[in-house]
Amino acid sequence: MTRALNTLRQRFPLTWLGLMPFVIFVMMFLVLPTMHIVIGAFQTRDGSFTLQNIIDLNTGTIPSSYWISIKISVASAALGSLIGFAMAAAVVFGAVPRWIKSPLLTFSGVASNFAGVPLAFAFLATFGPVGLVTVLLRQNFGIVLQRDLGFNILSFWGLTVTYLFFQIPLMILIIAPALEGLRREWREAAEILGASALQFWRMVALPILFPSLLGTFALLFANAFGAVATAIALTGSSLNIVPIQLFAQIRGDVLGNPNLGYAMAFGMIVITAIANVLYIWLRVRAERWLK
Amino acid sequence: MSVWARIAGWAALIFGLLYFFVPLGGLFEFSLRARRGVYSFDAYARVLADPQFQATFSYSVVMALVTIVIGILIVVPTAFWVRLKMPWARPYVEFLTLMPLVIPAIVIVFGYIRLYNTSSWLPLTGSVFGTNILLAFGYTILALPYMYRAVDTGLRTIDVATLTEAAQSLGAGWVRILGRIILPNVIPAVLSGAFLTFAIVIGEFTLAALLDRPAFGPYLQRIGANKPYEPFALSVIAFAITWGCLSLIQLVTRFQKSAPAKA
Repeated sequence: MTRALNTLRQRFPLTWLGLMPFVIFVMMFLVLPTMHIVIGAFQTRDGSFTLQNIIDLNTGTIPSSYWISIKISVASAALGSLIGFAMAAAVVFGAVPRWIKSPLLTFSGVASNFAGVPLAFAFLATFGPVGLVTVLLRQNFGIVLQRDLGFNILSFWGLTVTYLFFQIPLMILIIAPALEGLRREWREAAEILGASALQFWRMVALPILFPSLLGTFALLFANAFGAVATAIALTGSSLNIVPIQLFAQIRGDVLGNPNLGYAMAFGMIVITAIANVLYIWLRVRAERWLK
Repeated sequence: MSVWARIAGWAALIFGLLYFFVPLGGLFEFSLRARRGVYSFDAYARVLADPQFQATFSYSVVMALVTIVIGILIVVPTAFWVRLKMPWARPYVEFLTLMPLVIPAIVIVFGYIRLYNTSSWLPLTGSVFGTNILLAFGYTILALPYMYRAVDTGLRTIDVATLTEAAQSLGAGWVRILGRIILPNVIPAVLSGAFLTFAIVIGEFTLAALLDRPAFGPYLQRIGANKPYEPFALSVIAFAITWGCLSLIQLVTRFQKSAPAKA
């Protein structure tokens, strides 16, 4: 009897059953809901196949909201990469004392997770109409942010500057290990061959780091593109970015066509997916050098 | 290291640190301004006394704890099973756990609303309890990438196969192996996943707002629109909680590193 059961088990291995709870859970609460949205993007209201929803994305305020979202994501990802890279390089290459590195990385781990409503309030309290920095500049230097510098926290640049709060730390976290992978020997070899510091960076370090840099840029882009809470708390609905418009659509069907909402969500998935695939692909390339 | 490189390095570092600390300082300073002319903790007192704050905050805390329990029940057995029996499945499982980083939360909750509404085959949003469950499941999905990676890293430090065989030869069943052998061994990893989950759930806005549940995130956003100083005091509290959770992770990870040396 037992032997018969064992042969049966060998013939039909049941180990995969152990994965079933996880697979069912992920299917029900991640894959199916997403699939439902994606399929709905290609359906009419009565369920037949159509490309009309995708074509309709090109109407009304939708293209401009995608465009603003992409611009904010690109700007915050680019500035975040640049500043984060400079800070990570300063710490890794010893321009500043070594002991700063560990607290900075810890702090980055915390700050990179800090998006959402409180972050929006922090920036309002600082750069808003009566915020700390706004008032300081006005009283001590006679500079009015809005009038003299054209800066308004409830705008494209306001949102970009706010997003940088979690973009810079994320960049530091990801790029610091890559910078540490640059071997000392490479720099020494370059120096022996007579390269200046600038030449070393231009001809050795940056080409090696390039996949890492571009990959991290893609990740930061996706990170900013999906952020909803910060934007809503900061600007209400005054800035027409994709997540805010989708939020309004889910709340009250403002587009007048639920399947057009699906198409908008589908567009978001496509853009973040492209950015993430780019990140993974470049990461694999980067690891060839940086082991 | 040339002088210029040093100057550039310091400039980058100082600029970055200002970037981090000025907004935090601005937030804190603003939250103290509730009484005209002097700094006071009035806004904090008003916020803490607000029954809505107490209700939404405790709701979010309970949801966080429920999410952590669901997360542990789903992630620990799965990661264990994959390591023990199906190593070939690891890339696929890992891929699935990383998907929530690719699919924006707003899209996931959009799917929930359409898939589990009152006229669907599983009308979870039809009742308060059902919606709460759906929200907890959604939070579990959001926390999945962090939870899975934390537990999987924890499992890497122990010899899963030997421990399991030893327990089996002493007559332990799967539940006992998981609960009494594996879980205690990876508890630091599970804890760091749990703290991160807690931090995520407490501040979460999108899911709770769109499922219309009285959580802390939507409350914070709501009073932000119509109260002058309270939202800033609340944000300081939210910052403190998140940073508390994340420093606890640091503490726990340090503990985990020293644990094998003691054994």
